[in-house]
Amino acid sequence: MKATPDQWVGLDDFHGNALIMAFYPADWSPVCGDQMALYNEVLPEFQRYGATLLGVSVDGVWCHTAFARDRKLHFPLLADFEPKGAVARRYGVYRQGDGWTERALFVIDGDGVIRWSYVSPIGVNPGADGILRALQSLAGERAPA
Amino acid sequence: MSRRDTQAAPQLTLPVGERDHARGAAGAAVTLVEYGDYECPYCGRAYPIVKEIQKRLGRRLRFVFRNFPLRESHPHAQHAAEAAEAAGAQAKFWEMHDRLFERQFALDDDNLVEYAGDLGLDAERVRKELAGRVYEPRVREDFRSGVASGVNGTPTFFVNGVRHDEAWELEPLLATLERAAKVK
Repeated sequence: MKATPDQWVGLDDFHGNALIMAFYPADWSPVCGDQMALYNEVLPEFQRYGATLLGVSVDGVWCHTAFARDRKLHFPLLADFEPKGAVARRYGVYRQGDGWTERALFVIDGDGVIRWSYVSPIGVNPGADGILRALQSLAGERAPA
Repeated sequence: MSRRDTQAAPQLTLPVGERDHARGAAGAAVTLVEYGDYECPYCGRAYPIVKEIQKRLGRRLRFVFRNFPLRESHPHAQHAAEAAEAAGAQAKFWEMHDRLFERQFALDDDNLVEYAGDLGLDAERVRKELAGRVYEPRVREDFRSGVASGVNGTPTFFVNGVRHDEAWELEPLLATLERAAKVK
């Protein structure tokens, strides 16, 4: 997926570290704004677990750039734009009739395996507590017995 | 294999205790916890509502305030929270809390030290403690406990440990508190 107008990222880029994928319906809509703003604040907590956060929507890369700049976001927003929603479909969170994705969270471990997921009602900010619990349990598994 | 979380009303993961700033007795019928940000306009709107609720419920209510500064959106929120903690160390947390919400529009470091002086605190000590980030870990602890408890924005209220997802205007919040007070 495109991360910036001239930069692409894939799962392999994050091998070895936990990855958080936060699918959200659209840039600029009020609830997403709140959700991304919350994650922007909570980012240091995610980083304590060595986890990288990626926001994903079907918006194009220029839209993402403007949105991220306006909200001063410190994490990348990926454009699932062409073919539209292709990544979301692979995660099973594309909303066919609406043309956007569910508000869905995935925590993926360092081997690329989805370890936790959650689909929130579309209008509800799912918060960060579920993500943190998932990261905590991943970290617990890695800790020596 | 993916696991899906079930949806339940989020609960406070860090129970109210000795570490907290509380108004009202531990044995009160109902405890209201607010996660708030001194620079957040919505928290500013909630401030007189909470005051009114305290007046109406009187001794049946214990009110606890925890910091949830949205540092990216509100550049003064973190220091304002630390100033309240600094005042707390001099036994005037609530006086500073009130002052900060009443003067939300003026929260730079000079203002914070000035308010400390107005409240009869050792303002120089507050200035030094702000510069030394003495209360940063404490504020961060509040913030973390909020995130873990499902605080998604400010203000977020918990009634007897359960997140209040209804409106926090006077009537709905009061109704929830009255109900919770009867259950206990």
